[in-house]
Amino acid sequence: MMPRAILHRTGVGIATMFVVSILIFIGTSVLPGDVAQIILGQMATPESLAALRAKLGLDQPAHIRYFLWLGDLLTGDLGISKAGSGAGTVGTAISTMIIPRMWNTLRLAGMVAVIAIPLSMTVGLFTAMYPGTRLDRVVTFSTLSLISVPEFFVATFLVLIFAVKLHWLPAIAYMSGNETGWQLIKALAMPTLTLVIVVSSQIIRMTRATVLNVMRSPYIEMAILKGVPRNRIILRHALFNAIGPIVNVIALNLAYLISGVVIVETIFAYPGLAKLMIDAVQTRDLPLVQACAMIFCAAYIILLFFADLASILSNPRLRHPK
Amino acid sequence: MLVRDDKTGATTPFEELPDAPPRRRLKLSWSGKLGTCVVAFWMAIIFIGPTIAPYHEADILDEALFIEPGSNQLYPETDFQGPSMVAYLGTDFIGRDTLSRTLWGARTTIGISLVATVLAYLVGMTLGIAAAVGRGILDMTLSRVNDALLSIPSIMLGLVVIAAIGSTIPILIVLTGLIYAASVFRIARALGQDVMVSDFVEAARVRGEGLWWIITREILPNVATPLATDFGLRFVYVILFISSLSFLGLGVQPPMAEWGSMVKENLAGLPYGSIAPLVPALAIATLTISINLIVDDISAHSGGNLAKRMI
Repeated sequence: MMPRAILHRTGVGIATMFVVSILIFIGTSVLPGDVAQIILGQMATPESLAALRAKLGLDQPAHIRYFLWLGDLLTGDLGISKAGSGAGTVGTAISTMIIPRMWNTLRLAGMVAVIAIPLSMTVGLFTAMYPGTRLDRVVTFSTLSLISVPEFFVATFLVLIFAVKLHWLPAIAYMSGNETGWQLIKALAMPTLTLVIVVSSQIIRMTRATVLNVMRSPYIEMAILKGVPRNRIILRHALFNAIGPIVNVIALNLAYLISGVVIVETIFAYPGLAKLMIDAVQTRDLPLVQACAMIFCAAYIILLFFADLASILSNPRLRHPK
Repeated sequence: MLVRDDKTGATTPFEELPDAPPRRRLKLSWSGKLGTCVVAFWMAIIFIGPTIAPYHEADILDEALFIEPGSNQLYPETDFQGPSMVAYLGTDFIGRDTLSRTLWGARTTIGISLVATVLAYLVGMTLGIAAAVGRGILDMTLSRVNDALLSIPSIMLGLVVIAAIGSTIPILIVLTGLIYAASVFRIARALGQDVMVSDFVEAARVRGEGLWWIITREILPNVATPLATDFGLRFVYVILFISSLSFLGLGVQPPMAEWGSMVKENLAGLPYGSIAPLVPALAIATLTISINLIVDDISAHSGGNLAKRMI
């Protein structure tokens, strides 16, 4: 039955989130020093540390602390950052730091998805329709090259072309938060373009491979032998059967966007969540790193879940297992 | 392949035996050949790079070198200089020779990536084959842990660990090796499982061969070719991972030359027309594109099935 496969996949997704949260907790709690020291900073005396630890529950053993952290996380309390903590002052609440940043990152990712998906699907289909032609070879070679180079390579050359040589776009995406219209588009243009290029290359390659794979199946051979024109074969026979795998490919690639976002936000100084996380890693602000990592991993797992869902829904054999 | 003649002790080519299969030779297209040349070039640079480099990677060039003969200039600019006879590819943001740093950087970038990939293979293959052979509880435990590792974006895993324990070269190598061991494990396990259920392994078992014999004589030779191609792909991912971390300032620390961090530290020179950030960027690109060209070529000739399995 269809719902059972989906329920099973949801269960696996939730279990994975649980394990990932354990890994992140272990990964960040190996360091000496804790939130109590972060909050008290210079003011820390052994007595005040012990008092605050008892108040925050930090004197508990690790597994209890893990569940306390998880409980806070689930109720939306992301904890307190090191940032802003100093003599006598308590650090900033992480949720207030994260929300505007998350909105910026979502806006960037949304723009990329809206441009990259239709573009790369069209190009991918087109190359699959004419395999072996000069156009196909040019596209195949350039997408192979683009997926082999680091994101910062693409970004550096775009800066060189559009900011340094042509002076069309600013080299950094500084945003104060109240840009409108044209200014906003200009600030977003370079980060978006970089990510579109990186993500599209992946989707083009995989779309092409998927459609060509479908083209090898017996019913396509049948259609060819019947004398159906090539365009009609691809658009009516192959495409519909390739849609499931292609949706799968798109969800997977949006998940890969995450590592791209980290690089792109850094190079263009784009005030998003990934930039916040890199800064947190550099200042060793562990509560903030934990919170950001959990958000990114959750996004990744949800996208992978959709990728699986697409392949379950598009495959009648998985949809109605015997 | 050579077969040893027991009587004479001489070796005869396997191909000359009467029932030898037709010899299969790897034929590369022009793109594969080009890739091979570029990869060979960089591999040579790992060894001879520091020897042929005009300066040391940390040398800040002397101001006196930049004074044009005959001029009475006392304090010439040394940073972000264009190509000249003093520095063939110009200088970087504090006046070090870009060419020398790129040549030294080959050793750092490629060396660290290579060691990390080999580590990933040692760990991933050992555990993967163990899971395929051991089955049962061992397979299940290893696979579940592996699934959890794979469901974290590798850059996130890297960032969390580096935030906690800092970044030195040994940490970087072990961290990268373990992160990429997860994907090697998955492939090695899948390939190993395929071989384990084949008739010839069955035959070997019935013959009474030991587990070690089966692993070394039946399984390893049969998974070697696909894993070798995968090694190339994995190596590219590791290079991109290491250089991206260094680009973020969280990988190899200055003053060591690493291609990713060289791009980052010289980025400010772009508006002045400096090529200092472009040289290391191109170095990474030529290497990774070339490896992918070779891998692509080999998998295209081996039926395409291989490439699909590796995505």
